[in-house]
Amino acid sequence: MKTVFVTVGTTRFDELIESITSPVNVQVLKDRGYERLVLQVGQGSLLPAADSCPHISLEAYRFKGSIADDIEQADLVISHAGAGSCLETLGAGKPLLVVVNDTLMDNHQLELARQLHMDSHLLYCTCRTLTETLRTMDLSVLRPFSPGQPKLFASFLDRALGLS
Amino acid sequence: WTNMALLAAVVVVVLLLLLVFIRLYLVFKAGRNDPFRGKDSFTIVIVAGSAGGHTSEILRLAGSLSSSFCPRYYVVADTDRMSEEKISTFENSRGEPKHQFTICRIPRSREVRQAWSSSVISTFTSFCSSVPLMFTIRPDVVLCNGPGTCLPLCVAALLLGLLGLKKVVLVYVESVCRVQTLSLTGRILYRLSDYFFVQWPSLRDKYPKSIFLGRIV
Repeated sequence: MKTVFVTVGTTRFDELIESITSPVNVQVLKDRGYERLVLQVGQGSLLPAADSCPHISLEAYRFKGSIADDIEQADLVISHAGAGSCLETLGAGKPLLVVVNDTLMDNHQLELARQLHMDSHLLYCTCRTLTETLRTMDLSVLRPFSPGQPKLFASFLDRALGLS
Repeated sequence: WTNMALLAAVVVVVLLLLLVFIRLYLVFKAGRNDPFRGKDSFTIVIVAGSAGGHTSEILRLAGSLSSSFCPRYYVVADTDRMSEEKISTFENSRGEPKHQFTICRIPRSREVRQAWSSSVISTFTSFCSSVPLMFTIRPDVVLCNGPGTCLPLCVAALLLGLLGLKKVVLVYVESVCRVQTLSLTGRILYRLSDYFFVQWPSLRDKYPKSIFLGRIV
């Protein structure tokens, strides 16, 4: 079953939860072949019930020890701009749509999401443009995200300290 | 007579300052040379100490270090159970014959969104426990990546050098989240660290002393 996983990390982002479960967006998701929606809503005030969205299978929870399994089972991840969520999703090789919370000002975490968007590793929109983005997005333009190279760091340090 | 006393006082102060400067010069000059020639193992302090992405990032770096970096001391903020678990899981999965690591706790220097004034006090508290910790461990290397806890620890490590007790190499790796601007800790430690790593080209261009090897976490 094609699954969308929505995650807001440790924050709250009711606007995204409300938008993604709205009839129009659920319809767009269905049109694109997604049949299951899993929501991680964090500290938000909305925790949609399983039967609140007809036509799509829905699960919602606040927190889990690890969201790795939900990412693994997803065919598309929709996330807030948090660095942790973005890196975990890209590290798992899943297509990622970041929805920026434009009510948060001067959030330095946006830096990373913006850069990753410029490098074509993720798609990027706001709640206002979510419907349009879901309708027109082309996931095939996304470039795979190569893992970081801690070995380069380790060998630099070895050389700097005189270890061969 | 009072003039003489004043003059004597001034001379003493000037001499003391001169001594301090000579000391500083010698310490930093010694730092430029190779203090570790012929050494084959390095005691390392790894500063974790924040439940967020910092701990995951620092463990990725710690995991890549050669086995010459031992023993390893991890410092976490005392309120941070999550990092402690992550570190134990990580270290136990290395599959080394005996445990070469220790977890140390110090009071947290700054909570997220804590007010500036009260964070000065808590940073001082955490500095007070950083000094005895650093003076006991006397590490060769301190590796950190920006949680509030790392500033007092780095200052304590520098103090070891200033007192001529031990030259500690400070290695700072700015978080991969920082693309355009350095974190507050990063801005301070840019001046004080021996090796300062950034993970995006835009930061390398702004900070010429920084080292850029691409993404390393």
